[in-house]
Amino acid sequence: MQGILKERVKQVFKNGTDHFDMSCDTPSTSGSVSQRACVFCGSRVVLYPIADAVHLVHGPIGCASYTWDIRGALSSGPELHRYSFSTDLKEKEVIFGGEKKLEESIVYLAKRFKPKAVFVYSTCIIGIIGDDVERVCKQATENIGIQIIPVHSEGFKGTKKDGYKAACSAIFRLIGTGKGTKPKKPSINILGEFNLAGESWIIKNYYKQMGVHIQSVMTGDSRIEAISNAHLADLNVVQCSGSMLSLAKMMEEKYNIPYTHVSYFGIEDTAAALYEVAKHFGNPEIIKNTKELVTKEISQLTAILNEYKIKLQGKKAAVYVGGAFKAFSLVKALARIGMEVVIAGSQTGNKDDYNQLPNMCRPGTIIVDDSNPLELSRFVQERDADLFVGGVKERPLAMKLGLGFCDHNHERKIPLAGFEGMKNFAQEIYISVMSPVWKFHEFRQKKQIGGQND
Amino acid sequence: MLLRHTPKEVIERNALTINPAKTCQPIGAMYAALGIHRCFPHSHGSQGCCAYHRSTLTRHYKEPIMAGTSSFTEGASVFGGQANLVQALDNIYTIYKPDIVAVHTTCLSETIGDDIPQIVSKAQESGKIPEGKYIVYASTPSYVGSHITGFANMVSGIIQGFANQSERVIENRINIIPGWVEPSDMAEIRRMMSLMRAKYIMVPDTSDVLDAPLTGRHEFYPKGGTTIKELQSLGESSMTLALGHFTSVPGAETLRRLADVPYEFQDIPIGISATDRFLMAASHATGAEISESLETERGQLVDMISDMQQYLYGKSVAIYGDPDQLIGLTEFLLDLDMHPKYIISGSAGKVFTKRINALMEKYGKEAIVKNGPQADMFYLHQLIKNEKVDLLIGNTYGKYMARDEDIPFLRYGFPILDRVGHSYFPSVGYKGAMYMLKNILDLFLDRKDRDAPEESFELVM
Repeated sequence: MQGILKERVKQVFKNGTDHFDMSCDTPSTSGSVSQRACVFCGSRVVLYPIADAVHLVHGPIGCASYTWDIRGALSSGPELHRYSFSTDLKEKEVIFGGEKKLEESIVYLAKRFKPKAVFVYSTCIIGIIGDDVERVCKQATENIGIQIIPVHSEGFKGTKKDGYKAACSAIFRLIGTGKGTKPKKPSINILGEFNLAGESWIIKNYYKQMGVHIQSVMTGDSRIEAISNAHLADLNVVQCSGSMLSLAKMMEEKYNIPYTHVSYFGIEDTAAALYEVAKHFGNPEIIKNTKELVTKEISQLTAILNEYKIKLQGKKAAVYVGGAFKAFSLVKALARIGMEVVIAGSQTGNKDDYNQLPNMCRPGTIIVDDSNPLELSRFVQERDADLFVGGVKERPLAMKLGLGFCDHNHERKIPLAGFEGMKNFAQEIYISVMSPVWKFHEFRQKKQIGGQND
Repeated sequence: MLLRHTPKEVIERNALTINPAKTCQPIGAMYAALGIHRCFPHSHGSQGCCAYHRSTLTRHYKEPIMAGTSSFTEGASVFGGQANLVQALDNIYTIYKPDIVAVHTTCLSETIGDDIPQIVSKAQESGKIPEGKYIVYASTPSYVGSHITGFANMVSGIIQGFANQSERVIENRINIIPGWVEPSDMAEIRRMMSLMRAKYIMVPDTSDVLDAPLTGRHEFYPKGGTTIKELQSLGESSMTLALGHFTSVPGAETLRRLADVPYEFQDIPIGISATDRFLMAASHATGAEISESLETERGQLVDMISDMQQYLYGKSVAIYGDPDQLIGLTEFLLDLDMHPKYIISGSAGKVFTKRINALMEKYGKEAIVKNGPQADMFYLHQLIKNEKVDLLIGNTYGKYMARDEDIPFLRYGFPILDRVGHSYFPSVGYKGAMYMLKNILDLFLDRKDRDAPEESFELVM
């Protein structure tokens, strides 16, 4: 492909034309306007929905300010996760160390907020000045009597994915510390579900109807106690491949809990996920309930989706999301409403995931890893997309180009998970792609009238 | 209650910041650099910093924000970021083709001791910076100052990169450093200056950059921003008007030092008194007369205040945010016969409390003023829990308090993540004051309509 930074040629492919061998899992090219974030960001987004813990960011103020309640993870109880706590390090601590400030902060927090636990996030600078966060946390745990858990999330020590791993390690320390008893019903932990716009509640409700007990959700609308008893579940059901797979693997090794990998996005994937769990338990009652649930939901949904399909048939979509696994579900879901994916990419997809994409996408689809605005805007214009599915940094770019947009990241305002979510997804896309605002837009106007603007 | 975990009783803290009324330096540097035409901001640090700054600016402006990062890895953090920065510059000039790259540092690159001037001169020597292209830089460690310090440092860095001592002085032409204000405010300052037919250069200027229209094209470098030609001519102006102690004086001082251009401090022209002083100063320095149309606008503002004064009298207000803005806002509220009661800024600096206290004294009122460490929104909320106010003014993060305590809330400052308009409707000048006053009155009167018992519900107000 032409016009791509030479360091990036192995991260951009045209499906069916180029020999596909994605070079992913690599650091970004310096100077590129990468849409990626850092290790700390990865840890912060994974742990943040735990609503009865204090999330203390150890470092200068910025890291805490930028991550203050930005993700829309909802809680049905405590709201501690909506606060922003920072040790707010200054030059003095950078020179003489920040341990004392950290200790004082923890003592104050424990006394005033009475959290169930405290997560202490290390930022870039902690990795450089060498504060012994592990020691401070250990001592504070002993003195205060609640778990003070260090999260080794120094920003520069890898990508966002390494931050997910650091978060998983932090959660893993909690698991097994609870004094609960094993539930009587078949039970699961839901992993990699963050309750954005209340999505965990939808998913939990499905399992409840199936007769499956939810031991914990990690981490949507979660509580420390539930997590500490997560080792008592029979099965880990993992969504969002990047963020929680490592935790599932650790739990399998230590607690012998098997895991299964699912997606709750789109009809097919949601149904497959529920059947998979039902099948795992092999309980006829659960299987019967699941069939009833899926049949009912799909029959309600089909007519609605078909209507959207008629209206959206032939429209083209660009998909650029966090992980490549999420892109699969999106490709399928968009096809369900008549749309064709012409660009599929992710910030931090892994090789296994990417290798499945060429089979799912039509020839000519651009498949890209760690892209940037210049590339993305060229691709969407080249491929004449009508819709962009992405996150906060892609939204205004898509709008400027006159494309419809759907936030499939932190800033979704309506649940997109499950059957209900598919309906919302179709509606959101319909509203955005068919919005009357585009009739005031010269470029789109020409396209709609004559179609000769290509 | 969203902030139900906030206790009423204030217990002194020495270490912890809760719900900050500030953020870190680099985002200010990025914002300042975006106010230069065809300038590409570059963050020398790990990837997250740049992603956070771009996301926050994107949420605030609803515009694509372009900036690069050195993408530090563990290796760079041990061996220094020189190789990353040199490679970044090479890539940036090749692919994004800016005229200027504005490099700012982060806590990481500062702590490991990367020497930006030295790296830059090395890049220049080895031909990494193409002919006719420029590079400017600022040191912006996150553990010093706050976002406004970063803005001021980058403005200084830009001036340092271009300012030349000049024999020639263009009489009656001035430089304006507007401070960290919105694109709409910079456009309003331009409008006022052009109504007066005054000659000026404004640096930086984010209007026509971060308020761009939808055209179907993504302009990587929108049409606005201070141009290189203007930057090179800063040293020829007769003087500089520096609007704001914190965000503008350091840049003006740099220009005085390097190019002998004297400067005059003025407040950001928020409200009637500060706008009066700004226009007088601009008129005096450029010799241009304050136009009749501006006088009319002033008269309209005074008319509006006089019409509605009974609804403003004695209303208590809590305000938080950036010091230069809060000084202007405090004076405006006092002029409106309101009572700014709690004034909080996360940004440190003694001149802030000095100015605010002087204003309060002049108007014979008292306020709790706190800035710097632990001057955060947790503390402000506790003050409000102890004694409520009639109005809350500040950035989006005030919405939790406003909801919990049921206080009318005017969004003002940075960032505003949940409303639009700040890019287009100014808060400076007489027009900006009218717009702000209208918003304040709407809040009070809507509440009155909502809360009035049926028997005293009024049609005419």
